[in-house]
Parts: sequence; structure tokens; C-alpha cells
Amino acid sequence: MKVSQPILACEQLTKHYSLKTAGFSRRSGVVRAVEDVSLTVLSGEVFGLVGESGCGKSTLGRVLLRLEDPTAGKVFFAGQNLAAFGPSQLKKFRREAQIIYQDPYSALNPRQKIGRLIEEPLSIHRVGTRQERRDRVHWLLDVVGLQPDHAQRYPHEFSGGQRQRIVIARALALNPKLILADEPVSALDVSIQAQVLNLLEELRAEFGLTYIFISHDLSVVEHIADRVAVMYLGRLVEVGPKKEFYNQPSHPYSQALLSAAPIPDPTAERNRVILTGDVPSPVNPPSGCSFHPRCPERRDICFTKAPTLRQLTPERWVSCHMR
Amino acid sequence: MREIILDIKGLTTQFQTKRGVVTAVDGIDLTLDRGETLGIVGESGCGKSVTALSILGLLPKPAGKIAAGQIFFDGRDLVTLREAEIRHIRGNDISMIFQEPMTSLNPVYTVGFQVQEAIRKHRHMNKRESRAEAIKMLGLVGIPEPEARIDDYPHQMSGGMRQRVMIAMALSCHPQIMIADEPTTALDVTIQAQILDLIGRLKEEIGMSVMLITHDLGVVAEISQRVMVMYAGKVVESADVKELFANPAHPYTVSLFKSLPKIGGRDGALKAIPGVVPSLLNLPKGCAFHERCFKTQSRCQQAPPWREITPSHMVRCWEPVEQ
Repeated sequence: MKVSQPILACEQLTKHYSLKTAGFSRRSGVVRAVEDVSLTVLSGEVFGLVGESGCGKSTLGRVLLRLEDPTAGKVFFAGQNLAAFGPSQLKKFRREAQIIYQDPYSALNPRQKIGRLIEEPLSIHRVGTRQERRDRVHWLLDVVGLQPDHAQRYPHEFSGGQRQRIVIARALALNPKLILADEPVSALDVSIQAQVLNLLEELRAEFGLTYIFISHDLSVVEHIADRVAVMYLGRLVEVGPKKEFYNQPSHPYSQALLSAAPIPDPTAERNRVILTGDVPSPVNPPSGCSFHPRCPERRDICFTKAPTLRQLTPERWVSCHMR
Repeated sequence: MREIILDIKGLTTQFQTKRGVVTAVDGIDLTLDRGETLGIVGESGCGKSVTALSILGLLPKPAGKIAAGQIFFDGRDLVTLREAEIRHIRGNDISMIFQEPMTSLNPVYTVGFQVQEAIRKHRHMNKRESRAEAIKMLGLVGIPEPEARIDDYPHQMSGGMRQRVMIAMALSCHPQIMIADEPTTALDVTIQAQILDLIGRLKEEIGMSVMLITHDLGVVAEISQRVMVMYAGKVVESADVKELFANPAHPYTVSLFKSLPKIGGRDGALKAIPGVVPSLLNLPKGCAFHERCFKTQSRCQQAPPWREITPSHMVRCWEPVEQ
């Protein structure tokens, strides 16, 4: 990777949801989904965001694309503050940043033909004439490895992997610069997962895309990402280049996460760090470092003081008192 | 000494659908030894879950039925048993845990009630004894403070806790066989590591056999001794776990390994398997994999033989891969 410009950055981004009293529920409080996250995504890289369910990785993605407004903090796209965008600037941003979701079954309207589905973003943004749009749909289908005549079919006629290709074609329709892929291969079978991962890599090389790749699957992220960020309970606990992160994870949570991933080799040696307990609720995060109740290395300071992300080496950041 | 506890011969399970009869499981043979963990691996629709449901007489009726074959357990053929007899075996001698701990528990009863239900039914204990036994089981599967948590409702527990409750239920009658259908797929990796560790430990303590159904080759490598690979309703390869991972012989198995992103694995494109899993309504002639196979030949249009590589390593292929 050559040195490149930041395409998307955020500073002290925070997103809270309030739990309102509704119906029989008597819960009240605040869900701290994203807490004080600062990061920079470079143009042309694949930025992997990993963490377990409920850690806030999807929420962070949505706030980064301004699909939700942050509670505090700022997001910058190509150096400009996203919150200050007016309607026309925002519409332009919507063309440049696209999203791919996990479930290709619910991402496609079952009553519309594939051609219509892929053409929709082009129509919304009034790109080209009708004929030009139709040509582009056929070209996009070809790019993702489908046939032009598939435009006449409905989503139910396709398998999961093919549907994910359709979703990708639609995301590419407006020539985006940035794609947020939220668990794009998690719903797919192993043999199909590899096809879609290869397609995403080819497309990145061909169109110079930047991906923010959200996944809970560490082996998939290692395969595709250039840099990796780990989230726990709404906070970033570690950020670093892929090779260094996988060779030598620094944060105790990263270490446990990597050692917990099953190894598809029965002869491999296993030095498993088995964490006790569950992920605490983001409504009621523990005091101090939110990982301390499960951390094998905790000290007194971890109970009272939350660590901040510190620079270990020029490219590696970790949030832990013990490092 | 090997002692065969479950012996399945030529099991064929069919479903009546609107578009015709589907053979989900096509003449599989399987043996399970006492104290062994057998992994059954395959992608969605390969028939691995239907095999489990067939053993327990849980096929959806009237659409699904066992069309041929025998399932010998304890000297009796489960296929010929009446519903009342199989109900006695189910839960008592053979129990099952499912993928979705969220939907497998009844939300309107406490978890204690649900664990006790099985104990009362099969072990003829009174209320007090069964409650004490349920607390013991919940403690055994690693639920902290079981005396307090026993009166919780399922929604008050996390996914990992619910899966533990399911395992406690499945183990409460000291079954000889536990069938685990994707027991950790819905869980996060750190919780998955806890549950796999738990299943392995309990298996040793109680001395039961485990049939582990999964799509995840990593999970199989972690805890099974023997593996069967299924594709489109048939067993295509069967071997000891070390042998299978070291010398996979069926091209499908070989391709699955190659398509898998591995932690610490090589860079470059993944070797994806071309095409899609064929529909069971419209299977290719002969070997169901031949259209996607890298070693395909004209004779693959005919049903391939079940042949021996070593006495414990069998493969269904005309052209097995030699190492």
C-alpha cells in the first residue's frame, strides 16, 4: 500500500440511544452503542472492523455514513464535516458512499425485477437516459459475474450468493468511492463465501474502491483487510496493520478473540485463552475499562479508570493500561 | 474397544413438496461409537440436519418421511417404533440441541421449569428433587449462581447462557447420545470457545457420544474424532479427523479446504468452488458434484463407487485426489 489520503475519518464519535418507557417495559437508561471512537480510513484500503455481536460495529458504520446522526463527535468525508452537508452535498455523498448488508434475502424487494432494482439508484440520481441506464445495468451484471438476461428475473430465482452479487452490482451503480460492507459474506455457505470475497477484491482493484469491512469472522477479515480495528462495548480497543495485528495482538481482548477462533486443523496446537462470562450490557457498562470483568490481566487501575487509545508504534494503537 | 451405539443403514428421507418429491437424505450409512464425537459437515441443504431429525423421529409430518433404511439403537430399529416408544428414547437416551437458543426455549416459562420438565418426565422425580437436580445441571454447564438464575425467563439471559440452558436440558437425563445441530453457529467466538470446551468436558465426564452437525470446518477440527462430509444428501467422504484434514480425497472436500480463508494463511485470491449447490429437485446425473468439480470426467455422469482409501477412510468418487 502506498501512502494515501484519508477518505473518511471520525473524531470522538459517540452514539447513544435512550431506552424509553414503552408498553409494559419499565426499563430506562441509555444504550451506549458507540463511545468516543476516533479513526481514519485511507483511500483505497480495506479497513476491517471486528467485534462480537452488540459491540457497536454496525452502529458505528451507520453513523459514519450519516444514516444516523451522532450524539457527539464529528465525521469527515474527504476532509469535510459530514454534519455540515446541505441537501445537495449530502445527495452527492450518497452517491459516493454505498452500503452492502449481511442478508441478501431482505435487501432485495421480492416484487421487483433485478434490472429495476439495480437501475433504481441511477433513476433516483437521474443518471443518463433510459437506454444508457439499461446498458449500465447489463454492464454491472456482467461485472459481478451474472448474465444480462438476469435483469428480467425476480430475486427468488437466485441463490444466496447470486443475490449478494446483485446487491453488490446495485452498490456499484453510481461509481462510489467508498463501500461499507456489513457482514457481506456471513450468510453465505463456505464454497460461495470464497466466490464473493474474490469478487469484492477484484472490484476493489478494478475500480479503486475503499472498503470498510465489518465482520465477526476473523479469518475473513485477515484475508481481505489491510488494517484491522477491534471494538468492544462501543469502544475501539485496538487498531493496527493486519500483519502485525494477527502476528501479535496487543490488547487482552484481541488476544482472547484470536485464540478463540477455531482452527481448521486438528493437529494445530491450541493455546486458548477462554474468557469467562459474557459481554456486559451497553446500558450498564462496567466502571473503568469496560473489559476488566473478563480480563485475565486486570489490575486495580482497570476498575476505576477507563484507558484511552494510545499509540504503540507509528501505526498501532491500543487502549489498555497494561501496554 | 469400539462399541457401536448407533448404526444407521441406508437411511433415505424424502419430503413431499409442491414441485415433487425431494430426497434430502439419500441412502446414508453411519455408525457412532460409544464415547466418540462424530462431526457431520456440509453446506446448507446437504441433508445433515434432516439426518438428525430422522434419528429422533422429528421430521415434519406429513411432508417428511423415512422412505428406506434402518436406524439401530440399543438393538431396536428406531424407524419401526411407535411414537410413544420413540418419545421415551428422545430426551432420555438420545437428546438434541439446536442452533437457535433464542427460539428453542419457551419464552413464557422460566428456564428452571423447562429443565425440570424433562427431568420429571424421564426420571420420575418429584418437584423438589427435580429442582435440586436442575440447579445441579445449570451449575454443571457453567451458569453462575444457578440457584438465582433458575427462576429467570429466557429473555433475561444472553445467547450463550440460553445455549447453556439448552445443553443442561439435553444432558439432564444423562443421554447416551447428544446430537448437536450447529450448537455454536449463533454465538460469538469467545462464547463459542466456552461452549465447545464445555461439550468436550461434559462428554468425558458423562461418557456420552456426540454427533456434531456443522458447516464450520474449524469447529469440527476442534472437537471431533471422526468426520463425515455430506453433499446433496449423500456422504461423500468419511475418515478420522486427522486423516481427513491431512489427506482429503474427495474433490469437494479438497475444494472446501482451499476456499477457506485461514488465520495466518496465504495471501492472494481464494480458490472458490465454481457454480452453486444444485437444487435437490434437479440433481445432476451421477455424482452430484461433477458440474463443479476440478477433476470431472465423462464417467462422473454415472453414480460413483464408495471406495476405500485406508480401512478408516472412505470416499465416494471415481477420481479421488491422491496426496
